[in-house]
Amino acid sequence: MDGLLTQAFLTSLVLGAITAGVPLLLAGLGEQISEKAGVLNVGIEGMMLAGAYLGFLVAYSSGSIWLGFLGGAGGGLLVALLMALLCVRLGLNQIVIGIALTLGAEGMTALLHYFQFAQSYPRLEGAATLPIPLLSAIPVIGPALFDRHPVVYLAVGLTFVLAWMFRRTALGLDLQAAGDKPAALDAAGVDVIGIRTAAVLATGTLAGIGGAFLANIGAGLFIPFMTNGAGFIGIVLAMLARGRPVWVLLGALLFGACLSLTTALQVAGVDVPTDVIQMLPFAAVMAVLVLFGRRASLPAALGLPYVRGAR
Amino acid sequence: MTADAVNGTAPVQKPPATPGVAAAALHWALVTLVPILAALLLSGGVLLALGTDPLAYYGLVLQRGLLSWLGLQASLSRMAPLLFLAAGLIVAFRAGIWNLGTDGQFLLAAVIVAAAGPPLAEALPGWVALSLCLVLAAAVGAAWSLLPALLRAYQGVNEIITTLMMTFLGTSFANVLVKLAFRDPATTVPQTRTLAVDDRLPRLFGTTISGGLVLGLVAVVLVHLMMTRTAFGLKLRVVGANARAAVHAGLPVPRLTVAVFAISAGLAAMAGAVDIIGVQGNVRADWNPAYGLAVIPLVFLARFNGFASIAFVFLFSVLSIGGESAARRLGVPHYFTLVVMAILLIVLALVEFVDHRRRERMRA
Repeated sequence: MDGLLTQAFLTSLVLGAITAGVPLLLAGLGEQISEKAGVLNVGIEGMMLAGAYLGFLVAYSSGSIWLGFLGGAGGGLLVALLMALLCVRLGLNQIVIGIALTLGAEGMTALLHYFQFAQSYPRLEGAATLPIPLLSAIPVIGPALFDRHPVVYLAVGLTFVLAWMFRRTALGLDLQAAGDKPAALDAAGVDVIGIRTAAVLATGTLAGIGGAFLANIGAGLFIPFMTNGAGFIGIVLAMLARGRPVWVLLGALLFGACLSLTTALQVAGVDVPTDVIQMLPFAAVMAVLVLFGRRASLPAALGLPYVRGAR
Repeated sequence: MTADAVNGTAPVQKPPATPGVAAAALHWALVTLVPILAALLLSGGVLLALGTDPLAYYGLVLQRGLLSWLGLQASLSRMAPLLFLAAGLIVAFRAGIWNLGTDGQFLLAAVIVAAAGPPLAEALPGWVALSLCLVLAAAVGAAWSLLPALLRAYQGVNEIITTLMMTFLGTSFANVLVKLAFRDPATTVPQTRTLAVDDRLPRLFGTTISGGLVLGLVAVVLVHLMMTRTAFGLKLRVVGANARAAVHAGLPVPRLTVAVFAISAGLAAMAGAVDIIGVQGNVRADWNPAYGLAVIPLVFLARFNGFASIAFVFLFSVLSIGGESAARRLGVPHYFTLVVMAILLIVLALVEFVDHRRRERMRA
C-alpha cells in the first residue's frame, strides 16, 4: 500500500475523477433544470445513452470530436423531445414514461450498435486537450485539472452560469415557479408548459453531451448500457444539491473519484476487484442519503403534470 | 377498467365505474389489445428499419416460444420468476410505492440461494431444503429493501432513487459474492456450486416445466386476494391512494410502508430463488437477466390485477423465449425485447390518456 500516495496515484485519481465526473456533472445540472421546473426526469439515463451512442457514431464517421458532441446533444434532445411531448404537453406519468424511455434507449442503442459495430468495436483516437498556460505546469494537479478537453472547462463554466441564471434572472425565477407553484406562474401570464418543455429539452441536451463525453472522451468507444446508472446518479446529485449547481459540481467530482478509484489503485499496484470498486459510488449515494436525506428538498409540484384549471 | 392506473399521480387502482358487463369487457379488451397490437406494429417498423422481416421474426417467435412443445415448456418455466416479480410489483404499486430495485433483490437472493442450496440439499430432505431456500431468499430480499424502506418511511426520501441505487449496489455485490465468497473451486469460470438436478424443484407431470410455475401462480393469486379481499390489503391501498388521508384515518403509515417494501422485495427475491432452484441450478458471474424492469410494463398493462398479470406474463415469456431463439436464427439480439417493452409502455400510457379524455367528455 506504500504506493498509495505517490504522484502517479494522485494524478491518475484526479484525472479519473474529472473524466468520470464531467458526465455526472452534466447529467446532474440537466436534471436540476428539469426538477426545478417540476419534471422528475427518470428518462435521463436513456437520454445519456442516446447521446453516447449518437455522439460516438457522429464522431466516428466524421472524425470530429466536436461534431460528435453535437451529435450527442442531438441524441439526448431526441429522447427529451419524446419526454416533453408525452409528459409535459400530454401530462402522462413522468415515471412510467421515464422508465419506458430509458428501456427503449437501452434497447435501441444496443441493437444499433450490434448491427454496426459489434464485429469491430472501433475506437476513437484520443481527443486533443487544451492545456491552460502556466496552470497546467503545476505538478500533480496541473496536468489533471488544466490540461483537459475544452468540454471539461465548458461544463465547469456552465455550473456557474446556471448558478447565476437561477438566482439572478427572470428565467431562473420562472423555472423555480414552474416547479413550486405552476398555477401562480400561469396566472402571472407565463407559459408554464413552455417553460417546462424548454427545461426538459435543456436536460436532454446536457445529458446527451454528458453521454457523448462518456463515450468519446472517457472510453473512446461506445459499449451497450455503458452509462450504467450515471443518469440515476445525476438525479441523486440534483436532489441533494437543493437547487444549487455548485453542489452538483462538488458531488459529481466526489462520485467521479469513486468511479475512477479502480484505475488509480491499479496504477498504485493495489489489486482490488473491479466489482467491489463498482459498488463504491452507489454505496456513497446511499450513505449520503442516509446522512442528509431529510434535507433533500424538492419542488412542491415535482412529478405532477400541469393542467390549467385542474386542482 | 380504470384509466388512471398509468397516468394517475400514484400507481393506484380506482374502482371502475362500469355501465354494463359486456361494455366493460369490450372496453377492457380495447384498452388492452390496442396497446399490444400497436406496440408489435411499431416494433415491427423498427425491425424493418434494421433490415429484418418483421413477419418472419414474429412468426419465429410464435413458433419457438408457443407452438413447439419444447418452446412452450420453456416459456411456462420462464413464467415462474416473472410471476413472483409481478406479485412483488403489484403489492408495491398498489400501495403507491415505486420499488424499482427488484433486479438487485432478485440477483442477490439468487446468489445466496445458489450458495446455500447444495449444502442444504445434502443435509436435509428435499422439500425442507427447497422451502428453506425460499424463506432464505425472502429474508435476503426484505433485508436488502430495509434501507430504502426506512428512508422512505421515516425521512421521506424518494424510493425511486434509493431502490435504483440498491439495485446497482446489489448487482455488483452479487458478483463479488460469486467471484470471491461462493466460487466453485471445481470450475474455471467463476460461478457458484451447481444444485444437482435431483435436488431442484420437481418438474411437472413428466414434462420439463419447472414446478416453480405452480409456486408463482400461487404467489400472484395470494397477493391478488390479499390486496383485494383483506383488511391489510385495503389499508395498503388507502396508503397508496392518499398517504395523508391514511394518516388522518389513523393508519400507521410508516410501519405499513416498511411492510410493503419487505413483502415486495421478498417476493422479488423469491423470484430469484425459484429461478435458481427450479431452472438455473447455479449463478455464473455477471449473470443478470434484468427481468424486473421488463415486468413493470406487464403489471401496468394488467392494471395491477393479479389474474390479468398471469396472462401478460405468459405473453411476455413467449416473446422472451421465442425472442432468444429468433436472436440466434435471424441475428436480432434479444435487446429487441427491451424496445418492444418500451414502446408498449408508451402506447399504453397514450391509450389510457385518450380513453380518459373520452370518458371525461362523455361525462361533461
